[in-house]
Amino acid sequence: MGERTIIPFGPQHPVLPEPLHLDLVLEDEKVVGAVPSIGFVHRGLEKLVEKRDFQEMAFVIERICGICSFIHGQGYVQTIEAIMNVEIPDRARYLRSFWGELSRVHSHLLWAGLMADAFGFESLFMHCWRVREKVLDIFEETTGGRVIHSVCKIGGLWKNVDNDTLQRIGAVLREVAKEIQPLADVFRRDYTVQKRCVGLGLLTKEEAFQLGAVGPMLRASGVAMDARKLGYAAYGELEFEPVTETGGDCQARTLVRIGEIYQSLDLIRQCIEKMPDGEVAVPVKGNPQGEFLSRLEQPRGEAIYYGKGDGTKYLDRFRVRTPTFANLIPLLHVLPGCDLADVPLLALTIDPCISCTER
Amino acid sequence: MSFLPKSPWLVHYDASSCNGCDIEVLACLTPIYDVERFGVLNIGNPKHADIFVVTGSVNEQNKTVVKNIYDQMAEPKVVVAVGACASSGGIFRECYNVSGGVDTVIPVDVYVPGCAARPEAIIDGVVQGLGVLEAKYQEKGKAAS
Ligand code: SF4
Repeated sequence: MGERTIIPFGPQHPVLPEPLHLDLVLEDEKVVGAVPSIGFVHRGLEKLVEKRDFQEMAFVIERICGICSFIHGQGYVQTIEAIMNVEIPDRARYLRSFWGELSRVHSHLLWAGLMADAFGFESLFMHCWRVREKVLDIFEETTGGRVIHSVCKIGGLWKNVDNDTLQRIGAVLREVAKEIQPLADVFRRDYTVQKRCVGLGLLTKEEAFQLGAVGPMLRASGVAMDARKLGYAAYGELEFEPVTETGGDCQARTLVRIGEIYQSLDLIRQCIEKMPDGEVAVPVKGNPQGEFLSRLEQPRGEAIYYGKGDGTKYLDRFRVRTPTFANLIPLLHVLPGCDLADVPLLALTIDPCISCTER
Repeated sequence: MSFLPKSPWLVHYDASSCNGCDIEVLACLTPIYDVERFGVLNIGNPKHADIFVVTGSVNEQNKTVVKNIYDQMAEPKVVVAVGACASSGGIFRECYNVSGGVDTVIPVDVYVPGCAARPEAIIDGVVQGLGVLEAKYQEKGKAAS
């Protein structure tokens, strides 16, 4: 047994663009403990509800995170709509699912690229991000923004997308699916990828459930839990089953995410096919009074939004529990016992979003 | 500027951004924008870098990290603040844990507007930063090689 050394990982680390800081306790090359310290990206934006009225807050909440920005906005407006008993038009519900699934495609491709970068597969990283740009182009065309969209408002959406555009997008996405195919094959079968991922960071079904893992992290251990099954937005009328794997290792988590890219593309196809006609917003009167808690499936897992209004323009309280926060505990559980060189890979396997976690 | 006098290497740090500007900085490196063909390299070691790209506003916790990275970079160096947050605190400027733009901690040479800043704007900011770098070299009495 060697001497114990403590190695700081982050906050500025080449593998992660975000400031995650871990103090890794090492014995020789083996990690025996990990102590996270957070707070580098904490902004305290939940408290802004006291200074911005409930309509404006939608734009602030969207900026919790620039990767799943659309779904954060959706979570917020959904909570407030539930408090105010607002029924949104069908087309708005479908468009929300449409953009939500597009977010998932772009987020998972982004993650796949970063993951490839973490195990040193530079060209795979570049290709994932090349395909991702096509999805961003669709976002730009339909919402006006590449990463921050600001299309959700209380009572519906700010923007509509006409049916011709939707048809064209459907065709583009079929091309995207073809382009993803060879990349997915590399993740599924490539020898070097397998060498790095299979058996790494094992999390059994029981552990994943008991430690409160969410999203792909949970589904890769064989638990078929997906908040979209609650049927918010248009999900109640779309056909899909949660993607699961039983391996519980890095490879299984990769496969779940790859499977979800295809699932999302299929859901988008269904949305386009079933898209109802009509308005995308209803007028909203009054101020929110009461409280509500809503659950949504982010690309990284289940997120929880809680809002409480006291009948004034300003909310009393708003709170978000983001998926990375839930997944940090399983991460700390799988780190001990791994090699130092595998730490970046394990950190990425939960698809960390630090700015979500710290808000 | 019809040619780049230097292949600028940059170090990127995410102070407290929402990730929006961050992933746009990364997007600049990938095939559609591909700044590497101009010799721009994103590296992890501050001592190798000429340009410091910061996204997001600063707070008490990351102030020292930003300052630390800046101090480690060799002179002459240029700081590019990317996005509304890095420039002024942006949408979060009234949050209790945000003390303002990056210029409250270190001197900033170029401000890139936008929330999120577009990759084109970021590349333009870095190119302008190069002009500043060139001027700093000349000030020191030696031309950039
Ligand atoms: S400027 Fe906007 S997109 Fe960029 S980090 Fe700040 S909030 Fe996010």
